[in-house]
Amino acid sequence: MDLTLSESEVAFRDEAREWLAANVPDEPLPSMDTADGFRAHQEWERRLADARWAVVSWPEEYHGREASLVEWVIFEEEYYRAGAPGRVSQNGIFLLAPIIFDHGTREQQDRFLPSMATGERIWAQCWSEPEAGSDLASLRSTARRDDERGGWVLNGQKTWSSRASFAHWGFGLFRSNPDEERHRGLTYFLFPLDAEGITVRPIAQLDGEVGFAEVFFEDVFVPDADVLGAPGEGWRVAMSTAGNERGLSLRSPGRFCAAADRLLDLYRRTPEPPPGSADRVADAWIKAQAYRLYTWGTVTRLAAGGDMGAAGSVNKVFWSELDIALHETALDLLGPEAELESTWLDGYTFALSGPIYAGTNEIQRNIVAERILGLPREPKGAAT
Amino acid sequence: MRFELDDDQRDFASALESLLAGADAVAAARAWADGDHDPGRKLWTRLAELGVLSLATEATPVEVAIAFEALGRHVVPGPWVESAAYLPVALGREVEGIATVAVPPHVPFALDADVADQVYVGATRAGSVGERVGSVDPTRHLFRVVGEGEPSWEAFDLAVLATAAELLGAGERVLSDSVAYAKQRTQFGREIGSYQAIKHALADVRIALDFARPLVFGAALGAIDASAAKVAAGDAAYRAARTGLQVHGAIGYTRELDLSLWLTRIRALVTAWGTPAFHRGRLLQQLEAD
Repeated sequence: MDLTLSESEVAFRDEAREWLAANVPDEPLPSMDTADGFRAHQEWERRLADARWAVVSWPEEYHGREASLVEWVIFEEEYYRAGAPGRVSQNGIFLLAPIIFDHGTREQQDRFLPSMATGERIWAQCWSEPEAGSDLASLRSTARRDDERGGWVLNGQKTWSSRASFAHWGFGLFRSNPDEERHRGLTYFLFPLDAEGITVRPIAQLDGEVGFAEVFFEDVFVPDADVLGAPGEGWRVAMSTAGNERGLSLRSPGRFCAAADRLLDLYRRTPEPPPGSADRVADAWIKAQAYRLYTWGTVTRLAAGGDMGAAGSVNKVFWSELDIALHETALDLLGPEAELESTWLDGYTFALSGPIYAGTNEIQRNIVAERILGLPREPKGAAT
Repeated sequence: MRFELDDDQRDFASALESLLAGADAVAAARAWADGDHDPGRKLWTRLAELGVLSLATEATPVEVAIAFEALGRHVVPGPWVESAAYLPVALGREVEGIATVAVPPHVPFALDADVADQVYVGATRAGSVGERVGSVDPTRHLFRVVGEGEPSWEAFDLAVLATAAELLGAGERVLSDSVAYAKQRTQFGREIGSYQAIKHALADVRIALDFARPLVFGAALGAIDASAAKVAAGDAAYRAARTGLQVHGAIGYTRELDLSLWLTRIRALVTAWGTPAFHRGRLLQQLEAD
């Protein structure tokens, strides 16, 4: 058991650190959920890709450097430590790309991965529907076979589609066999958001920004070439994406350490911290360290060929609650000024979405209880 | 980078596990509580033969953590933290037989001083052993002692780590027994473990223990302060105990059910070797000094 990096890993870390120190913008970019900010983040992705830092674990032909899992996580740690911009390409590179690598054809890989790596084409996820949230398998949007044109015709409505307000392409599940229910008869589609018949309506979030959108489909034609995996196999294909969203978007082990350090700093500078806040500051710091060490444990298991399994659900509940607790503590330290605009307030508002997106924490706890603890499955509500 | 037990460490863990699983440690703990130390002494000898008393001087803190997790999982009675973690470091040598220690103010009483061959205060022999005081944990016989010894903080830290690991093992055991119970007990025609209220409570225990473990082993590797491990393991084990009791219902609230041994052990260990408040405070002080 050891927590030290090898010589080549240290060299990789130093190279990443040096490049980031020289290239990360001094001023934070405007929010990626504004038109200007979106473009600025796309340009940043281009710079990352030119230096082959955008997708370090990918093959070289797709702008990667075939980094090992440990190196990838080292990069994430350095990226976070450098205070580098959020990844506008996140839906594509972290959620969709693993699916394209596993289930896509060679032609699809060649067509979609390069522009995803460079940030030229930004992807939006289209999972939820108005009546299909936590119960994703109840989705109703349809795909009708069109043999004449060699493809499918999509109809229906998706919602809470992250990045859809400005993104170029989307990915999501549609019911391609109306005679089958729930997880069966679904197909995974890729589609340009400016296709004929698609209407995107941005939705202002709690923080006022249009981080997600509703997407309406009216007789939208998608050729067979843009079906990912086999028709009817969409659920199986998609579930590996959901696993990635809450799990192997492992990100930086130090993801919460910087915020915990800033909280500690805020606590020190607060003249009269409220009673009990010292314990909460200590707990936030301890949990940020727990997250860091836990992540290295996960990396060790994955590097040895293990899979994430349901552990991603354990992780997701923990970090989303930590993120909120950490920011709540900060706001309490700020006292009457907590309601004023600040990076703490921004962080708090963003943290509030954590227990909801990528599968609510209630769904995650069900998964932990059923798949890890082996408790009996919830009897499904009688369909009426 | 390999944050996982290596093969030798796994072998050591499974050797301990098979010894303890076959030794009826629960019966030894119950006898110990009643003042019959014989089964506990026999267990002591067998664990000593496996090398548990020499880990602090001859192995690494990782092995210490492995051993104490197993001791916690099997609710082994006796002054193990004192004899196998604190005193070997404080004295600079392995202890002979059974030894115990008080380290005021954090460890005000000496555990099992009535069976110990040597009794210390800090790092020097106690002047005298006084009356017994009652503990929430009937297997912990605490004694007042008189002595002037100063604490060894290096030894204290290993004792804190050992206690954290023991809490982790105890918490894991309570979770596993509670899950087994929730699968077997039916009410309203369903296993109670199929109800979301029970599922989510037990899932939260799984999550807390999963994130306490890397702190315990991270502390064993020197990557983080033992105080952080003690706070997290104490919180996780205590959550396991509260949830475990609730899941078991009335039968959990009896001495008859073995679960009670872990519930009272966990309650005692949460404040042993430094309360959560002490460790949080110490951690903050160290962070502020950095």
